[in-house]
This record gives sequence, C-alpha cells and structure tokens, in this order.
Amino acid sequence: MGIQLDFPAVLERWPSFLGGAVLTLELALFATVFGALLGTLAAVGRGAHRAVIARACKIYVEAIRNTPLLVQIFLVYFGLASLGLKLSAFTVAVAALTINVGAYTAEIMRAGFEAIPRGQIEAAEGLALSRFQIYWHIILLPAVERVYPALTSQFVLLMLASSVCSQISAEELTAVANYIQSDTYRAFETYIIIAVLYIILSLVMRAGFWGLGLVLFPRRRRLGTPL
Amino acid sequence: MGGHLNINHLFFLGHGALWTIGLSMIALVGGGIAGFVIALARISPLKSVRIASGAYVQLIQGTPLLVILFLGYFGLAAIGFSVSPLAAAGASLTLYVAAYLGEIWRGCIESVPKPQWEAAEGLALSRTQRMIKVILPQAVRIATPPTVGFMVQIVKNTSLASVVGFVELMRSGQIVNNSLFEPFMVYAIIAVVYFAMCYPLSLLSQRLERRMGRGRLTLAPA
Repeated sequence: MGIQLDFPAVLERWPSFLGGAVLTLELALFATVFGALLGTLAAVGRGAHRAVIARACKIYVEAIRNTPLLVQIFLVYFGLASLGLKLSAFTVAVAALTINVGAYTAEIMRAGFEAIPRGQIEAAEGLALSRFQIYWHIILLPAVERVYPALTSQFVLLMLASSVCSQISAEELTAVANYIQSDTYRAFETYIIIAVLYIILSLVMRAGFWGLGLVLFPRRRRLGTPL
Repeated sequence: MGGHLNINHLFFLGHGALWTIGLSMIALVGGGIAGFVIALARISPLKSVRIASGAYVQLIQGTPLLVILFLGYFGLAAIGFSVSPLAAAGASLTLYVAAYLGEIWRGCIESVPKPQWEAAEGLALSRTQRMIKVILPQAVRIATPPTVGFMVQIVKNTSLASVVGFVELMRSGQIVNNSLFEPFMVYAIIAVVYFAMCYPLSLLSQRLERRMGRGRLTLAPA
C-alpha cells in the first residue's frame, strides 16, 4: 500500500489549530505565573524555622515530583468534582499544572537559595536591612537570576506537558488535534502539524523568557557579572 | 454499581504495575543505547553528524511525548503501518529517552576535566582508545546520579502509554475505575504505587549525588 500524505486537507483547519495553540500558550502562561509563586513559597517554606511548615513543603515537593502528571490531573479533576466544585476543564487544567510545576520550581529555587553566599546575608544584616529587605534584595532576586536558565527550561517543559490536559478535554492543541484526526482520518498529518506547532511554541517561549531576562536582570548585561 | 474494591482489582493493578516496570525497562535499555550513540554523535569531529544529532535532540525536546506517542500509534496506522500499543509505546519512549539521556550524557562526557583529554592525547592514544580507556570510565561516574534521577522521569512518563490503550498501571487503574466508579480512591491508589516506585529512585539519585560532592542541580548559565 502506497503512502499518500495530504497535508492541505488538514491544514485547511488552521483556525482550529491556531485556537488550540493559543489555548496551550494561555494554559502555560497561567500555570507558569501561579506555579512560580507557589514554588517560591514552597522553597521559602522548606527553610522555615517551624518544622511543621518545612516538613509540609518537603512532602508536597516529593509527592508531586514522584508521581505522573496524568495521575495528578485526574486526581485534581475528580477530587474537585467530589467536593462538589463544578469548574471548567481549563480551570482544572491550570490548577493541576500549577500544583505540578510548583514542586519543580521549588526544587530549582531552593538550589538558588543555597547558592547565596552566607557572607552576603551577614553583610546585609550588618547594614541593618530589615528581614524583608534581606529576603527580597539579597536572597530572592539574586537566586532567581542565578537559576533563571533552569526555570526557563522547566516552564517550557510545562508547556509541552500541558498536552496531557487533552485527557480531561481541555480544548488545547493536542485535544484539537485528536478532534481533527477523528474527523479527517488524517492522523499522521495532523500530529506532524501539531508537533511542528509545539516546537514553534517552545521556541516562542524561550525567546520570551530570554527577552524577559534582559529586562529583569539588566545588571548582567551592564556589568557582565559572572554568576 | 460496581461494588467494592476487592482482591481481584488489586491483582489487576499489580499486573499493570509490572507492565509499567517492564515498559520502563524497555525505554531505559532502548533509550540508553540510542542515547549513548546520540551523546557520542553530539561531540563527533564531523560537523554534519553534530548538526544532525543536535537537530534530533531539539526536535524531540520541543515536542510533547504524548504527540510522539499519537504519531507512532494513530499516525503510523493511518498511513498503513499497523502497530501494537506496546510497540508504539516502546518505540516512542525510546526515541524520547534517547534525546534526553543523550543530552545528559554529552554533558557528563564534556565535564571530564580538560587535562584528562590532553594527557590522553599526549600519550598518543587514538580517539577510540582515549574515549574507552580514559574519558568514558570517568564520565560514567559523573553520569550515574543524573541517570538514576532521569529513571524517575521514565517511570512517570510510561503513564502516557495508557492513552494509546496499553494496559500499564495507569490504564489498569482506569479500567478498575470503570467498574467501581470511585475515581478519587482509585487514582489515589495509583498515585501511591507510582510514588512507591519513584521515590526510592529519587532518594538513590540524591544519595549518589551527595557522595559525589556535587550540587543537586548543575546550574551553570555562564
């Protein structure tokens, strides 16, 4: 049997593909922002003086990092439903992805915190900076700057992982592809197209993070500060 | 409707868990062999080989595993090659693992200190001798903790094989749930089983890393 590929037949569905790609990007964006906040909190929490908080944060991080995203998504989906909360698939997807990426972000941020030289914090204390000032200027910002490349990779991986949300019928790119291929019977072409779209999306995200890095950390540009 | 969780359900889940381990082994061995070739190709003296292997890594790392799986299962079937779920899942995971392990191992090979390369060259070892006798034995030591850490990713990613109908742990959980209609309980059990498989690997990876006296994450942007 000869192989006949018919890309135009699938490509004429481009508005659906575009809609799916936009929704994937939105999912990734929301989960990135919330996940970064959650992860930073969890990383700070792991260093807390109260043992209960530190332990809770460790359990959260280890539980998430050692179970598959697909299982987490189903647990959040059915868990929220059994609590009687009727949420859209998109909301559930954002919640599950946030919980997931928060744990990975926490690990990365913790590595960043640990890399801050002790002397810097002592110097800040000597200069009578408040605890908040120390946390913000001496620990948090330099730590983020140091682990920024790792965070970028993690958030790009998150965007790719969001394809799993198609399993709870969030209408993102992979779900759109599943729909189109069952409609056109052109599975091979459809999945090739979304593979290319995912590669483009990951390049777009990398470029976005690179640009954001230039704005957020001008010091590196100005002084070429070695990290 | 479906009654209660009984011993048969647990046996079924256990059977699924064994297939999760089996699929992980297939992915690890297949991906390991292919990843080793990728790692060597990435540092090849031939520019075309370097570019081709680099493109492969970028391509795979820019595509979700789920899409690779769909392409292997539904895609190939649609153009006339019928594949079993096991073959599709095994092949997709192998391609996927090869790209990531290849990158990890390239980093490990390149992080063998430069004087070792120079000394081997100074002793007039050929390129092959230098690799086998000097660089790789040291690279293997560096590579062990991140490889064990990546095995956690492999085990977790096998859960995606469930979407093409391969009955591993996740899929067996879905089947059990279809008869019990207790999704939260069933998926919680599944999560615990995955945790029981992955956490020892995570701990082992951390312990190996600590023994090597290296940081948990290699963060070297500069």
